[in-house]
Amino acid sequence: MKLQRRALIKGLFTAAAVLAVPRWLFAARPDAAFDADSAEGVLGDLFDGPITESDQVMLKIPDIAENGAVVPVTVSTGLADVESISVVVLNNPTPLAALFEMSPQSVPDISVRIKMGESSAVQAIVKAGGKLYSSSKEVKVTIGGCGG
Amino acid sequence: MGKPIKIRAKIKGDIAEVKALMPHPMESGARIDADTGEPVPKHYIQEVICKHNGNIVNTAYWGTAVSKNPYMSFKFKGAKSGDKLEISWKDNTGDSSVSEIAFK
Repeated sequence: MKLQRRALIKGLFTAAAVLAVPRWLFAARPDAAFDADSAEGVLGDLFDGPITESDQVMLKIPDIAENGAVVPVTVSTGLADVESISVVVLNNPTPLAALFEMSPQSVPDISVRIKMGESSAVQAIVKAGGKLYSSSKEVKVTIGGCGG
Repeated sequence: MGKPIKIRAKIKGDIAEVKALMPHPMESGARIDADTGEPVPKHYIQEVICKHNGNIVNTAYWGTAVSKNPYMSFKFKGAKSGDKLEISWKDNTGDSSVSEIAFK
């Protein structure tokens, strides 16, 4: 009896510790969001709250990508207290391409090269001060980069 | 063990600019092997951790849509000459790689 109660109390403390971690700190890869096959799924799994279009989010990506297998993306922002920067390709089979988690030392300016299966809107989402901001751009792909 | 990560880093004023190139196939699972007609299994980097003198300054979580032989760049404050920068990745097969440089 006593042992069971001890285990229960220990369990409760562990649960409390897990819940106490701030929401924005993923601490682990958000696998469900990366596996989601729709942009709505990605956003639902990853973020809560409305996303505001902002000219403070700078998304640099070519208008026309000749090779969908290698599309350079740069996202930077003038916003303060940036927690994360995500890149979402709306028409990709799994839209979430990358999520960069910032630290207090970070300067929010990242680049990465991504694959695009077809022409699509690309959205950069910045989480700053607990709020979500985004910027989108249509990218035309002449040769897709997902299949063979 | 994965191939070593190529790291280029320089300090401009107070800000360190880091560029990293990671040789990796980044198979999305959608590509068909031309010889066998079978899909090539998923094999991609899921997590990249960048540490400055042991402190995490940037964590990248990736899906299958990051290009083959991934390139990434990022910036952070507070680095000075002689400081260490370590970048490591883990992929979905459990493979990993880690490389370290010192700032000039």
